[in-house]
Amino acid sequence: MFDYNFHWRPVMKSLPDLLEASLLTIQVAVLAMVLGIIIGLCLALTRLHLKGPLYWFASAWVELARNTPALFQLFFFGFGLGAFGLHLSPYFIVLAGLTFNCAGYLAENFRGGFQAVPETQLRASRSLGMTAWQAYTRVVIPQVFRIVYHPITNQMVWAVLMSSLGMLVGFRELSGETQFFASRTFRIFEYFAVTAVIYYVIVKIILLASRLLASRLFRY
Amino acid sequence: MIEIRDLHKYFGSLHVLKGIDLDVQKGEVLSVIGASGSGKSTLLYCINGLEPIQQGSVRVDGIDVHAKGTDINKLRTKLGMVFQQWNSFPHLTALENVALAPKIVKGKSRDEARDIAAKQLTHVGLGEKLNVFPSSLSGGQQQRLAIARALAMEPEYMLFDEATSALDPELVGEVLDTMRLLAEEGMTMICVTHEMGFARDVSDRVAFFHQGVMEEIGPPAQIFSEAQSEHTRKFLANVR
Repeated sequence: MFDYNFHWRPVMKSLPDLLEASLLTIQVAVLAMVLGIIIGLCLALTRLHLKGPLYWFASAWVELARNTPALFQLFFFGFGLGAFGLHLSPYFIVLAGLTFNCAGYLAENFRGGFQAVPETQLRASRSLGMTAWQAYTRVVIPQVFRIVYHPITNQMVWAVLMSSLGMLVGFRELSGETQFFASRTFRIFEYFAVTAVIYYVIVKIILLASRLLASRLFRY
Repeated sequence: MIEIRDLHKYFGSLHVLKGIDLDVQKGEVLSVIGASGSGKSTLLYCINGLEPIQQGSVRVDGIDVHAKGTDINKLRTKLGMVFQQWNSFPHLTALENVALAPKIVKGKSRDEARDIAAKQLTHVGLGEKLNVFPSSLSGGQQQRLAIARALAMEPEYMLFDEATSALDPELVGEVLDTMRLLAEEGMTMICVTHEMGFARDVSDRVAFFHQGVMEEIGPPAQIFSEAQSEHTRKFLANVR
């Protein structure tokens, strides 16, 4: 049926390199998520409470991040900025692109989360003498966090998978590394099959960790 | 003492309160009745500064609620408020709901705040429910939780905004009983309510609001049997 002989040996030989590259994948995804959460929160609050240039800026960010291909966003930070003489290293191209994308998606998650907590919770808190800051940090945000927790997990998975686009801007994360070995050995199928398994395992671990954390965090 | 002078409140172009003058003495129970949209709930929000006012003044123990330099958060600890939608904090247990504000607003220690919370919850009959989340409490229990939460700040005044309106009929009684208990203990209370029985039996005075104006105020006997205003008589005839 097939006229193809599988050769797994070269893949197994470079497995340590692949695993090392997958650490880079996880690192860049986690960093992009941490930055994305902070920026996304700011974008959401800006869009909810401010008007004028800041509102437009935040809205443009969200619109572009959500409605254009992630690959183009990466290319912008790579070749786009490069055209203006600003050359980022592949690592920062991917980090910037992923952060931009994640922040945009997370901003909308947060916005939905804030809107889902009734205004009256804030009023009740303020009526007890809490400052606006106390009301937000002790009453509103803990409820928002629970609402956006699973969407954040999703976004984390998405960030890991999307970091594979790094391959196309010369970043040697898991996919880039795989591509490197595959093209040297012409064992393209074998390499990408193994790499797919590695991605799968990474994602499963994230989901499991997220579930364990949720059962500790959310008591109600 | 709460002193309200020539209070005007607008929502945009809507004139919700049209010059209210009202004094509430320490220890008094005042019920505020009237049709929906007559401005009675808004009055409460103006008293504790949750809504800004456009004209006039509200003074609580001599302090101008709406003046620029007023420490409104400190003043609010004197003014407990209970809402129509009870607004319990869903992410906290009953005990934590009540202990939160004493801890972070009044700076009580964790243990002290929990002691206060346990005491107030027991006071409103929720001593068995300290570690339960609001989601497993009934509406009436959640409203009593809200009362305990307000009481934990040791307020000198309690503002009730239609505290029983969102409850199932069979749960109204337990909340009214708790309010009665507070009244008997001498708490100063302003109760916006549709419970005419409560207004008649418990209050020292009843105020009737009609389209942003306080039409009439007086002892329950006077308002309920010999109302002067046509609007009051009509309203009372309809609710009875």
